[in-house]
Amino acid sequence: MDLIIPSGGLIFWQLLGFLALLFILIKFAWKPMLASLAERESSIEEALQSAEKARNEMSNLKSENEKLLQEARIERDVILKKAHEASVKMIEDAKTEASKQGAQLIANAKAVIETEKKAALSEVKNQVALLTLEVTEKLLRKQLADDKAQAALVDQFIKDLKIN
Amino acid sequence: MSRKFLALSLLFSVLFLHSFGEIFAAEAGAKEGKEDPTSFIMHHIKDAHEWHFFNVGHTHITLPLPVITYASDRGIEFYLSSDFQDPETHKFGKEFAHNGIYIDEHEHLGRVDEGSIMDFSITKNVAMMFIVIAIVLYVTLSAASHYKKNGTAAPKGAASLLEPIVIFVRDEIAQKAIGPKYMRFVPYLLTLFVFIWTGNLLGLLPGAANLTGNIAVTCTLAFLTFIIVNVNGNKDYWKHVFATPGVPAALLPIMVLVEFIGLFTKPFALMVRLFVAVTAGHIVILAFISLVFIFESYAIGILSTVMVTFINIIELLVATIQAYVFTLFSAMYIGGAVAEHAHDDHH
Repeated sequence: MDLIIPSGGLIFWQLLGFLALLFILIKFAWKPMLASLAERESSIEEALQSAEKARNEMSNLKSENEKLLQEARIERDVILKKAHEASVKMIEDAKTEASKQGAQLIANAKAVIETEKKAALSEVKNQVALLTLEVTEKLLRKQLADDKAQAALVDQFIKDLKIN
Repeated sequence: MSRKFLALSLLFSVLFLHSFGEIFAAEAGAKEGKEDPTSFIMHHIKDAHEWHFFNVGHTHITLPLPVITYASDRGIEFYLSSDFQDPETHKFGKEFAHNGIYIDEHEHLGRVDEGSIMDFSITKNVAMMFIVIAIVLYVTLSAASHYKKNGTAAPKGAASLLEPIVIFVRDEIAQKAIGPKYMRFVPYLLTLFVFIWTGNLLGLLPGAANLTGNIAVTCTLAFLTFIIVNVNGNKDYWKHVFATPGVPAALLPIMVLVEFIGLFTKPFALMVRLFVAVTAGHIVILAFISLVFIFESYAIGILSTVMVTFINIIELLVATIQAYVFTLFSAMYIGGAVAEHAHDDHH
């Protein structure tokens, strides 16, 4: 066997063996392997992309939340402000009402007092008039108990009449 | 890791020394005196009709291999290599002709009646090729079964050995050298790579045949690359060969000739590169071993062992590099044939 002259027999077997190996490997080894590798690579690629997407969504959601929170805060402030105003107004109203009612009560009381006073006064006047009459009657009875006194009074009256 | 590697190489080289030493000693003894180390080395790197492992005393431990012959007037015939040799010395020669066929001292097949005969024997290298193919098939198919069973799960076992190779050949060799149409050629390049690599590595084992350092083997592989390159050559490729753009008309005949020869020099270079790189490595290792028997000295023995270990480590590297280079150059030639280049930009 020569060193640098290829021998036909070996070329024949090598060609046969290598081609057989090539076809078997292509069909049963390289195709499934390359397909799984490609599949794995694409699945990794997809996973990375979906992670990126999820991250974006997360940050979107976060900003959305932030926005909602901000809105809620503003709304709360508005509500609080309104409530405060309402309570102030209520207190104010109540005060006004109270003072109004107080004034009314005082006025009523005054009117009652006035009426009572008038009634009391007229009562007193009546009493005084009655007492005066009685006293006058008693005085007159006493002074006109004798005839002389009576004649004097009559004279008096006549005198007065004459003057008139 | 590297220490393990070193220990392994040392072990291998010791085995080398042991087995080859005995063969050499036996051969030398048979011829009464020192044999020419050249023939000793050549015997080990060339193909043979029987697989010779080592000698125990004067007994040759060999594996007789099938001899298959074809002659137009005799048809296909099957023999064993032991039919054509001396049972004691295991030497081939015309005097051991069997059934009108003989194998001469240079392992050439011949007919006693001088008729023509073709040799399709399962020689040492053919047997080695079957072993390489069997190992490659076993490893790749068990790797492929992982993918069938587990789909896209992380690789395990044989798959984790092959997956980096597959990805490397696909992304670093095929994609970079061929361009966008690379996927079609990845299976061929992968087969090329694993076959040559396994052949190179197994060829380093003691007693193994020098398969990828045989010119018939590298010739066949280069021929397949040549076929693939030229079958897939596109219009640009052929135009570049037969009507090289940008060349004055007067120079065109010369350029066409040069380009046409270039078609064949590319695979020729592939063939020679692998053959030379692997065979040279084996010759260097064997030469260092031969030194021991030329000088017959312990000091040289120790020195040779150290050198053989060192060369063996380099050879492990060369085994991988040459497989890579053969695959890379095949991919580059394919890339040149399928590339779609814009016109008038370079040349």
